[in-house]
Amino acid sequence: MDAIVLQILNGLDKGGAYALIALGLTLIFGTLGVVNFAHGALFMLGAFCSVALQKLLTLSMKVKDPSVTFFDAYKQIPYLEIWLGDTGKAIIDYAVPLSILVAIPVMLLIGLAMERGLIRHFYKRSHAEQILVTFGLAIVLQEIVKHFFGANPVPVPAPATVAGSADVGALLGLGSSVIYPWWRLIYLGFSLVVIAIVFAFLQFTTFGMVVRAGMADREAVGLLGINIQRRFTIVFGIAAIVAGLAGVMYTPILPPDYHIGMDFLVLSFVVVVVGGMGSLPGAVTAGFLLGILQSFASMTEVKSLLPGIDQIIIYLVAVVILLVRPRGLLGRKGVMEG
Amino acid sequence: MQDNTPRNDLILFACFSIAVLAMPLWTAPFGADYPDLLQKFAIYGIFAIGFNILFGLTGYLSFGHAAFLGVGSYTAVWAFKLLTMNVLPAVLFGVIFAGIFAAAIGFLSLRRTGIYFSILTLAFAQMSYNLAYSVLTPLTNGETGLQLRGTDPRLLDSLLGVATPDGLPSPNLFGFELLGYPSFYFCAVMLIIAFYLALRITRSPFGTMLRAIKSNQNRLSYTGVNTRPYAMAAFVISGMYAGLAGSLLAVTDPLAGAERMQWTASGEVVLMTILGGAGTMLGPILGAGIIKYFENIFSAFNDATLHSIFGFLPHWLSDPLVAVLGLFVGDGWQLTLGALFMVIVIFLPGGLMEGATRLIQLTRRKRPDGGSSEDAAGSRRAFHAGE
Amino acid sequence: MSILQVQNVNKSFSGLRALNNVNLTVEEGHVHAIIGPNGAGKSTLLNCFVGRLTPDTGTVTFNGTSLVGKSPHEINQVGVARVFQTPEIFGDLTLLENVMIPTLAKRDGAFALNAWARVDGERAVIEKAEHLLEDVGLADKRDVLANSLSRGDKRRLELAMCLVQDPKLLLLDEPTAGMSRADTNATIDLLKRIGERGITKIVIEHDMHVVFSLAHKISVLAQGTVIAEGKPDDIKGDPRVQEAYLGGAHL
Repeated sequence: MDAIVLQILNGLDKGGAYALIALGLTLIFGTLGVVNFAHGALFMLGAFCSVALQKLLTLSMKVKDPSVTFFDAYKQIPYLEIWLGDTGKAIIDYAVPLSILVAIPVMLLIGLAMERGLIRHFYKRSHAEQILVTFGLAIVLQEIVKHFFGANPVPVPAPATVAGSADVGALLGLGSSVIYPWWRLIYLGFSLVVIAIVFAFLQFTTFGMVVRAGMADREAVGLLGINIQRRFTIVFGIAAIVAGLAGVMYTPILPPDYHIGMDFLVLSFVVVVVGGMGSLPGAVTAGFLLGILQSFASMTEVKSLLPGIDQIIIYLVAVVILLVRPRGLLGRKGVMEG
Repeated sequence: MQDNTPRNDLILFACFSIAVLAMPLWTAPFGADYPDLLQKFAIYGIFAIGFNILFGLTGYLSFGHAAFLGVGSYTAVWAFKLLTMNVLPAVLFGVIFAGIFAAAIGFLSLRRTGIYFSILTLAFAQMSYNLAYSVLTPLTNGETGLQLRGTDPRLLDSLLGVATPDGLPSPNLFGFELLGYPSFYFCAVMLIIAFYLALRITRSPFGTMLRAIKSNQNRLSYTGVNTRPYAMAAFVISGMYAGLAGSLLAVTDPLAGAERMQWTASGEVVLMTILGGAGTMLGPILGAGIIKYFENIFSAFNDATLHSIFGFLPHWLSDPLVAVLGLFVGDGWQLTLGALFMVIVIFLPGGLMEGATRLIQLTRRKRPDGGSSEDAAGSRRAFHAGE
Repeated sequence: MSILQVQNVNKSFSGLRALNNVNLTVEEGHVHAIIGPNGAGKSTLLNCFVGRLTPDTGTVTFNGTSLVGKSPHEINQVGVARVFQTPEIFGDLTLLENVMIPTLAKRDGAFALNAWARVDGERAVIEKAEHLLEDVGLADKRDVLANSLSRGDKRRLELAMCLVQDPKLLLLDEPTAGMSRADTNATIDLLKRIGERGITKIVIEHDMHVVFSLAHKISVLAQGTVIAEGKPDDIKGDPRVQEAYLGGAHL
């Protein structure tokens, strides 16, 4: 029982990341009709927003270490700590959550620039060409990041107050203890909140109504004389923010390196396909489902029964879904079926 | 169609063969005349020709072709280990196994078209890659990669009483060691054969059917053609080409690693084909050559070489220039590749061959009475039909 | 003698009945027109003949073999060819290639690994294709890419692609839709000329001028049911037909 709860929890935080990336992917596909292979790169850029902010906040000055008296020793003290004392320390400690505030405008700008500068010209071109050009863009983005931040993963710690683990077993009243890191629980909650905001936005605003109508029948909405172009740009910006935020908050779980985006992209595409191309609830459901499935597949009991299953489970599910039910779990019939 | 007469094709083939065999001569001014690089041109040329038979003719975009390359490499190394250091069985088995593997994956993937097909091939390739690193370690030797050992059985060699040298043996062709230039010429001959076969396929009724699949698969099935076996045949053939390329990689360097199967490697062959011109005869080979050449040259550059190149400029000018260019060379070679990818897809979707065709048209139009509209139609047709 | 028999065919789309117990018999050598208002199920019926759709119940028998459950290429191989409402051609191939492909499909069957011969060495196939291009008046454009043709020419090309296979049954889905009067007349002439070859044809058409100048027999479809059937003159006077059209067409 504990083991099962633990595996589900293990799957949920990863599933949250999958769901957030897949949500943007499917939103872009559903509205703009574009297959965006650079979406993983947006996740990666988000992650490096928090790396960059953390670096910025910890810019340090070399000062003499007074605690060492036998010889001259120096240590690095961040300017922020020198100027603001304990407040500075706290700000540094909260670098990751603070990055959210930075990432939202940065990712929005990146998203708008990408749509205006590149994606817009590929609405009418074939999916193959869309894949190729965004694949090229993804390489360019990750190489630029590699140039500035190096090839090795950069660890970014979570705030000290939530660095430990929670006993989820006790929280749920299971009687036995299930130890689970606080930050992962926070990530799960965070991803649920972001998903809820996106859905609420699409459900309750006029803008969202137009976007949903556009997903159902793009041509009809175009005929209504609505300036669909500007809305598409904003949709892309939103998708970029969502992917970026997923990346920002993921840094304490997995230190990001420049190709983290590619790793997540392939999996997120699988998630989109499994959920059903162009289906928002499908993307979310499939994201969490596949995250949990992957976590169960990495249990030693399962691995000893089916060696290597943890390595291929997600792809296996995708293959089966594509062959048996190409519209995905919650996709509409006829969308990209063939 | 009159552009692709048997006579013109013969001339094309003859010129191509001569150009390939004479590569050590004409690549010298580019500083590319060493066997290591030349055989890479040939091998990746084969890979790209094969990929073009699938993507260029039928329009099916596979994102998992590197898996077949990997299978070819592993099979060839195993042939070296188990049978003989003669390269022919290695190449033969590499092609056959890659073909079988492609048949299995193609059988499933070709049930879908468009982006779904791409994702299916990608999923299969990623599965192969992940398994090669984990469970299949007994077959692939995991991260270290599969390599030769002095203790390998080499049954055929010991049966025929071939003397084993001290240390590791090197691949040979009936006793003739394939190292350096002989190894390049072996690959070059393979490239010429591969090109000839692709030319025959493209010009055949079968090739016409493949182009019809790309053009309008729906019409083709209402015309009485079962498109699935055609696409399947194209998929298997291109898988076998990839297997040939993979086994030649093992011939030139008897070592096989899983990274050859990664999806970025699949992306590379897509780029080669697109860069040169998908659907053309020479384009993919040209693309493969250009990418391998610049990869080799650019990745060897560093800031010091750049400084020496721009040393004649004043410092205030050369320093920023080197800083910017430094992004694109050395470790940043991938950046150049990505940018090139984008530029080609955006501005020249038909690849360099289309660019060349456009240039020829421009010069023809400049002639007083030469450039008629018939010329333009003709070269456009020629582009589609393959040359 | 009848060449196509359709018995009790039903087809529903998510509860919506598109075809309701359709019965139809097409005589060999006839031009059989199917008319009816928009949404009457004409195209659905045609799709059931060529394997794009499978009827929920009922049988479609062609020359003694059942077509139900067969795939499009199998149905073509037994001798049924189709011209689509919007021309389906190989846009980025030349006209000659467009007509050669169906010729090859007729000669080699649904699949042949004919990868060693040269396509430009197939003299008989080329000659036959050129002949058909001449028949439809496109011989001078044989090396042009099909995409560059006008809509009327595309339709004629598609017709050539079907005729080159010497089909036993030719299905024409609105062969004159969107054409000018002159193009329409040219198409009627063309269809009459190929009528002399004795190919059985099923024509779906809105233009009554075309229907009455071509058809031997007319079936009227409304709301998925055949409401009237007979010779053109009988149909003209049938009150049920006029009601179905609600005066929308001049009969």
